[in-house]
Amino acid sequence: MPYPTDFRYTKEHEWIKTDGKNATVGITVYAQESLGDIVFVELPKVGSEITAGKTFGTVESVKAVSDLYAPASGTVTEINGELATAPEKINKDAHSAWMIKVTLKNPAELNSLLSAADYEKFIAEEAGH
Amino acid sequence: MKHMTRKATRHVNQNEGLIFEKSSAGKAAWKLPPLDVPEVDTAKLLGAAERKDLGNMPEVSEIEIIRHFTRLSTWNYAIDLGMYPLGSCTMKYNPRVNEVVARLDGLANGHPYQPEKISQGALRILKTLSDCLIEITGMDAITLQPAAGAHGELTGLLIVRAYHQAKGNPRKKVLIPDSAHGTNPATAAMVGYSVENLKSNPKGMVDVAALAAQMDEDVAALMLTNPNTLGVFEQEINKIAEIMHAKGGLLYMDGANMNALVGKVRPGDFGVDVMHLNLHKTFSTPHGGGGPGSGPVAVKQTLEPFLPKPVVITKPDGTLAFEYNRPMSVGRVRAFYGNFGMFVRALAYILANGPDGLRQTTEDAVLNTNYIRKGLDGIYDLPYSTPTMHEVVFSDKLQQKKGVKTGDIAKRLIDYGFHPYTVSFPLIVHGALMIEPTESESKEEMDLFIEAMKSIAEEVQEDPQMVLDAPHSTRVSRLDEVAAARKPVLRWKPAS
Repeated sequence: MPYPTDFRYTKEHEWIKTDGKNATVGITVYAQESLGDIVFVELPKVGSEITAGKTFGTVESVKAVSDLYAPASGTVTEINGELATAPEKINKDAHSAWMIKVTLKNPAELNSLLSAADYEKFIAEEAGH
Repeated sequence: MKHMTRKATRHVNQNEGLIFEKSSAGKAAWKLPPLDVPEVDTAKLLGAAERKDLGNMPEVSEIEIIRHFTRLSTWNYAIDLGMYPLGSCTMKYNPRVNEVVARLDGLANGHPYQPEKISQGALRILKTLSDCLIEITGMDAITLQPAAGAHGELTGLLIVRAYHQAKGNPRKKVLIPDSAHGTNPATAAMVGYSVENLKSNPKGMVDVAALAAQMDEDVAALMLTNPNTLGVFEQEINKIAEIMHAKGGLLYMDGANMNALVGKVRPGDFGVDVMHLNLHKTFSTPHGGGGPGSGPVAVKQTLEPFLPKPVVITKPDGTLAFEYNRPMSVGRVRAFYGNFGMFVRALAYILANGPDGLRQTTEDAVLNTNYIRKGLDGIYDLPYSTPTMHEVVFSDKLQQKKGVKTGDIAKRLIDYGFHPYTVSFPLIVHGALMIEPTESESKEEMDLFIEAMKSIAEEVQEDPQMVLDAPHSTRVSRLDEVAAARKPVLRWKPAS
């Protein structure tokens, strides 16, 4: 599974990519596979604060509605408006269909997240359950 | 179909459009008698608000109405047609004696605003049902008001919150096992608590050591379903209750699976402080769209002051009355006194069965489940080998190898004349098939079910695509769920 090595991952299956204090957040390929066809994404407003480990939105598939968990704390600077009309983009390419862009409060928070290798190990265990 | 099933055969039933499409201008199913009061000039009274054109209201004759709804009703599947093995939902038979009693004139035509003096019979029903449920659960007091299970949970947690609040601190968190019904975390969140997940151990039960580590004085309650959604009895329930109580927390029991315990063991005796019951599951009142539901909440004495008001009390002269003067109460949670018609039915069920009958019911529900478990073990993967009570959870692991998932097997089961089992729940089992026959099913019906499930397992090996395309014999074939969600058509529009 091609999990980019420049991303960090949560156990709730979000990815985050950073460039200094600016970060981009989405959900992983594994997440979209588990969810199935995604039909709706609810994202926070630009300017709102998100907190590491807390929910920042929801993603709805034909199977379930799931919370989105913030990989790190910060302020939302941009949301991917395309997902409102084309949520299937996440199914097509979860790692480029980003959800929000954030200015991080404390980039060091990312140190506690999983690397690509650790994440792949984690989902292998979860899938084997 | 490779294996002809003995349960279902294709038969003709009629197509039916929307009733709006049957409309012809001027047709009516009614005729009014001559006016015997002075005519009123509506235009004068209503002015511009008067409406002559009612828009697209269907205009049809009486027999067209009758046929329309009768035809639609032939498309249904119901417990009165066959086994409804929807796990966790307890789709048991709704005995007709319940319906007879609920239709007795004095009950069916009673009004909640009748004076108490002439409502003594109805009050006696509330009181007797309350006493029975208290005896069955081993609790001390009860409210019958909540209108369904999730409403019962909400009421129960409002009581939990009021209790902690009265002690000076409502606390912050509610602990919920990962096998719980989804309504549990939703309830806790609605009542203003944050939810903390409890991992199950390899046997599918609460990990007691993990609970002890997670429990602290910020935790208001643990919401536990017992037996849990795997149908597994939490054997360390006493220890669980002790851990909660040692830190001042309460033990909430989701009584959705109480049908596995009635007459055998009482939650009040194993440390539960507050719980709800589902009369529409355990006590045989109608379920689903035909409901309405009913979710009484039973509590221990310490929580009694917080029960919704009014409560039924016995006055010194022996008559019954509603007591409203309850300053600590969480307030009213439902109009009037709850879904009274369901109380009548549940009480009829309890009294018709009696203690021994209720115990037998529980034993039969557990026996039936284990008969199915034994019949399908090995054909479908059983992820937890722990003994199960009233429901059993398989996984689609063996069928997944051919690309067939639990949802596909469920669709194929429709072709065999059964309502599907519960699909993809509980969440701790990947690709879950959750099956609950209830005590209502005969050995013959369960044998047909087992045969159907075995036959589908063979079909998965031989022709997986056929199963992926199921159902084949229904009015409509596999629906495009994605299109329905992404581009829903939400209303009919007349052809212009």
